[in-house]
Amino acid sequence: MLRPEAPVDGWLAELDAQVLRSPGFLASKPAVVDLGGVTAEDADLAGLVRGLQGRGLRIIAVEGADPSWTGAAEWGAAIPGGRPTGPVEMPEAAAEPPPAPIEPAGLIVEEPVRSGQSIIYPKGDVTVIGSVASGAEVFAGGSVHVYGTLRGRVVAGFNGNSKARVFCRRLEAELVAIDGVYRTADDMDATLRGRAVQAWLEGGSIVMTALD
Amino acid sequence: MAKVLVVTSGKGGVGKTTSAAALGAALAQSGQKVVVVDFDVGLRNLDLVMGAERRVVFDLVNVIQGDAKLAQALIRDKRVETLWLLPASQTRDKDALTPEGVARVVAELREKFDWVICDSPAGIERGAQLAMRHADQAVVVTNPEVSSVRDSDRIIGLLDSRTELAERGERMEKHLLLTRYETARANRGEMLKTEDVLEILSIPLLGIIPESQEVLRASNIGSPVTLSNPLSAPARAYFDAARRLRGETVPMTVPEEKRGFVQRLFGRRVA
Repeated sequence: MLRPEAPVDGWLAELDAQVLRSPGFLASKPAVVDLGGVTAEDADLAGLVRGLQGRGLRIIAVEGADPSWTGAAEWGAAIPGGRPTGPVEMPEAAAEPPPAPIEPAGLIVEEPVRSGQSIIYPKGDVTVIGSVASGAEVFAGGSVHVYGTLRGRVVAGFNGNSKARVFCRRLEAELVAIDGVYRTADDMDATLRGRAVQAWLEGGSIVMTALD
Repeated sequence: MAKVLVVTSGKGGVGKTTSAAALGAALAQSGQKVVVVDFDVGLRNLDLVMGAERRVVFDLVNVIQGDAKLAQALIRDKRVETLWLLPASQTRDKDALTPEGVARVVAELREKFDWVICDSPAGIERGAQLAMRHADQAVVVTNPEVSSVRDSDRIIGLLDSRTELAERGERMEKHLLLTRYETARANRGEMLKTEDVLEILSIPLLGIIPESQEVLRASNIGSPVTLSNPLSAPARAYFDAARRLRGETVPMTVPEEKRGFVQRLFGRRVA
């Protein structure tokens, strides 16, 4: 996303300086140009588009342009239904972009989760090798897997993931919640107590079935 | 190499002080040099249970605040000469304990004794956390009922996070001491069974202390049960637990009272 500002000549010079500092930053990148920062009076828009293309940019769309502006047609039509995004962050001078750290696929808890403890992991699944005690909590952005007895509270998909599920080897839970929908022990099918169970969200309510 | 052992539970009234005194005495009776430290500042009981309440001059708070030397506050047991008591202060509260002061006193006790047994106050606050802070091992005292078990679970979580060992990334050795256990009631489902408690807490079992009149009697006469009646069922259970603490392998049993023939005839009809 590029957002030219008036005066356009000065902005192009700044862009050139940036490209000099980090070569390859703009090369052949598809760019969306936001013209909300300039007006037809500021510059010759057809000149601006040639200026950008001359710098190796691939302009795929434009937004914020008034169709009545001279040369607006040359920019092509706005892309409908795009998601709002922030401006491209310019890298610091001479800084190589650091390699993205490899994110763990999930959190594995090798100890029992004790009463009073909270495990909060927004990035993905939580796998507990031991039990989750009465009075303990596990919050996961993804699914929750408990290989021991689930006695405490689990909240799966707590940041809006309705596909998240809860699995446990033995259900004695106080509360199971998925994406804001919850079920307390009293409302769980009594025949599922003490059994291996999975829970997921269907039609806005929690469905629980035995796994064994 | 001295071992610092905290006796803790979370819940009150489950037998921490009784167990600290009985285990301490049992270890001392086997020749080990033992000090039992009362961390329950403001609600001290260990002096009573060990029969030393009339001999307290200086206490833990005095030593921590520099008003007395450690040697002045330590009380030697009159029955077992390798058993010592460091009493708590009754007139102060837990805020009188400072982390630095506790660290200094525990370090000093490590030099002098084989075992430093810290009798923790109930709860999970400052007093309990300071009592467990410098421990190498923990004895978690639990009754076979749900609220005690859940509180013990909470305390185990603190042992794994708020102690020096845990902060260094090491594991604290934890032992479960199941107290006030009645086999018959557990079998009738009126109490949690040993395996239920072990399944929930998942720490190794140090011993099962049967419910017994002897424990109350021992407290009232100011003597650890291993001294007042060494042949009683709870005393034998504490002796076994103390041997396990020293690394011996002892088969796990629930000792029962030995009854005379006449007692066996009539014993069951009472109450």
